[in-house]
Amino acid sequence: MSVRQQQLDDAALAESGVEIPLYASSKAIYPQSVEGRYRKIKWAILFVALGVYYFLPFVRWDRGVDAPSQAVLVDIANHRFYFFFIEIWPQEFYYVTGLLILAAFSLFLMNSLAGRIWCGYLCPQTVWTDLFLTVERWVEGDRRERMMKANQPFNLERFTELLLKHSTWLLIAWWTGGAWVLYFADAPTLVYKLATFQGEPVAYVWIAILTFTTYFLAGFMREQVCTYMCPWPRIQAALIDEWALNVTYRYDRGEPRGSLKKNAALKSTGVKTGDCVDCQQCVNVCPTGVDIRDGLQIDCIQCGLCIDACDNIMTRVGRPTGLIAYDTQINVERRQNGLQEHPVKLIRPRTVLYATLIVFVGSLMLIALATRKMIELSALHDRNPQYVTLSDGSIRNGYTLRLINRQAQERVFLVGVEGLAGARIESSGLPADSSGRLMVSVGHDQTLELRVLITLPVSRVEDVESQDLAFRAVEPISGAVTTVADHFFLP
Amino acid sequence: MTESGAHKHVDAHSGMGTTGHEWDGIRELNTPLPRWWLNILYATIVWAVFYCIAYPAIPLIQSFTPGVLGWSSRQSVNDELASLRAQREPIVAALSQASLDEIAHNPQLRTFAMAQGKAAFANNCAPCHGAGGGGSKGYANLNDDDWLWGGTLEQISATITHGVRADDDLSHAGMMPAFGREGMLDEQQISNVADYVRSLSHLPLPAQANLAAGAAIFSENCAACHGADGHGDMELGAPNLADAIWLYGSDKATIVEGLVNGRGGVMPAWGGRLDATTIKALTIYVHALGGGQ
Repeated sequence: MSVRQQQLDDAALAESGVEIPLYASSKAIYPQSVEGRYRKIKWAILFVALGVYYFLPFVRWDRGVDAPSQAVLVDIANHRFYFFFIEIWPQEFYYVTGLLILAAFSLFLMNSLAGRIWCGYLCPQTVWTDLFLTVERWVEGDRRERMMKANQPFNLERFTELLLKHSTWLLIAWWTGGAWVLYFADAPTLVYKLATFQGEPVAYVWIAILTFTTYFLAGFMREQVCTYMCPWPRIQAALIDEWALNVTYRYDRGEPRGSLKKNAALKSTGVKTGDCVDCQQCVNVCPTGVDIRDGLQIDCIQCGLCIDACDNIMTRVGRPTGLIAYDTQINVERRQNGLQEHPVKLIRPRTVLYATLIVFVGSLMLIALATRKMIELSALHDRNPQYVTLSDGSIRNGYTLRLINRQAQERVFLVGVEGLAGARIESSGLPADSSGRLMVSVGHDQTLELRVLITLPVSRVEDVESQDLAFRAVEPISGAVTTVADHFFLP
Repeated sequence: MTESGAHKHVDAHSGMGTTGHEWDGIRELNTPLPRWWLNILYATIVWAVFYCIAYPAIPLIQSFTPGVLGWSSRQSVNDELASLRAQREPIVAALSQASLDEIAHNPQLRTFAMAQGKAAFANNCAPCHGAGGGGSKGYANLNDDDWLWGGTLEQISATITHGVRADDDLSHAGMMPAFGREGMLDEQQISNVADYVRSLSHLPLPAQANLAAGAAIFSENCAACHGADGHGDMELGAPNLADAIWLYGSDKATIVEGLVNGRGGVMPAWGGRLDATTIKALTIYVHALGGGQ
């Protein structure tokens, strides 16, 4: 039952002098099954989305001998995120920020084009609720049977049905939690470990948590998640405009509603009648229990199932379909006032703005990805002591270098110092090449921390507080070069 | 504000009941709470009750209720420390068995010793030698290439274990006498020898400096420890006076002060305070600071 309906009920209750209760228990909703175009789209999305979610961890991707071969993997222990050919290090987490920005703008764009596409078709809450409802229909039957059974006394048959329904739900929920943890470890290995009870406790805990949330949210909370818990309906309501396509009851055509017989009788007397036959099918199929004929409302997720239901009825009574359809508020009002319809305007300032922002952020991310360096170098000057005077009067500064090798093979870096004439670089135990550069071997896909000492001979010491220098690392095989600027402090 | 008949008023616009509170004609809607929300609230209250029974929770005058599970944060920390010790035990054992040379040449042991040495240095040595071992006046800089008592692994280990002029039979013992206070040299002689010492490391001198007199005093009084050419003697802890490193300072006033009052900085013997493994780790760490000898 919709929030609006509930408010009306409360008002009626208040008028009748009965006290309004301090809490509202959820009203049971028994959505009826329906066939049609939007139902087909929802099936397709359900299969694709769940298929991707459940099976993606098993997709393999060859990254060389020592790297994980899982296409999508969040490797928390080793601080890596793998997505097919992309590998992200913790310091590159801004990619994820970029993805979140893209997701937000895509949501806004979808919303200004055609309302709550996300809510109606793509949101996990919608998809899993849809799946759970399908199980419920399969076990208990359609709307009428479920309503009947809800009021029947409890017996063995009913017990068996409920047992079957809840165990199927739990099975799906368990698989959902199970698939989640597979994204955090090598999937086949983890499946084997879990099956033989050798998995890490944390894996079982996460499976348990997600089993519970899936079972609870998709099995029991359902439309209440959308109505009470989710912030998007509120934000969405503020972002929508009269040009956006929305699942709309065309009241200009439907009203005044009435049963076939009643309206036919009225019509014969010359009174204007609408096409809506008041069959309640749009309400019966609604997964959130709203009446679309009340107009846009916060608990309508715009899944389009009422369009299918109404179209089926309109076809049966021999009237044109599309009494409920994707339409804009502006056109409904124009038709109401006998004006010509506006063609659907997809290109509007706000859609252009959102699309521009999406392209902009997307390009930034692509550029960042394309110019990503395979080797990197950073330097940290010793804080204490800032400089050291040696016995012959030479000055030495200590630095901690971090060398990053993002390549899949171990590589030797040549690390030298430049910009400070006469300066010598050394690090205990490391060999140097003919031009005095340190030869450092950095393992594949690793960071190496290295303390180096830079010595400036006494003959080159000047009476200044600090001089500039730069570290330069060269990786001869790939030819990659990276430099980092720093300072050399003097007495 | 009207209280009577409060529940019966219905807001005409929203169709919602009101709480009956009214301010200047503005009424407060009485939106009902969802049942599930209330259930969660009740569940947390029940949880809190059981939590108070199970865990330490209620403060009393002198103590607190311990909770039936017997959990305590102190015990939990001790358990974690114990498990950390157990985890480190093999490598700590290996460290205590290995010689300093073996540790220095074994990357795994060396990395562990460096980490342990760094922590031990911060706890025990940093107050005098500075967080990075940079030293200060009277406290040696451990990053340079000058070692008063020797910079090999064994020498560093010995210095840490037995200290300098410390209460330990094997402690380094040599010290700079107070030539002025004891009346061995007069003021003019001290000034001359101070100029001479500064000349050894090519520091600027006053025009009237009498280096010949200073040299004579030096060879009579100082050369015994600091050597004829002023290069010092590690056995005695006599510093090299001909280099650029000065423990107390290279200005004439500081050198004169040392000659008048003598010098004898003290470093405690750590042998009785730290275990042998920690001293090994410290030795490796200090040796690596500036590259020992």
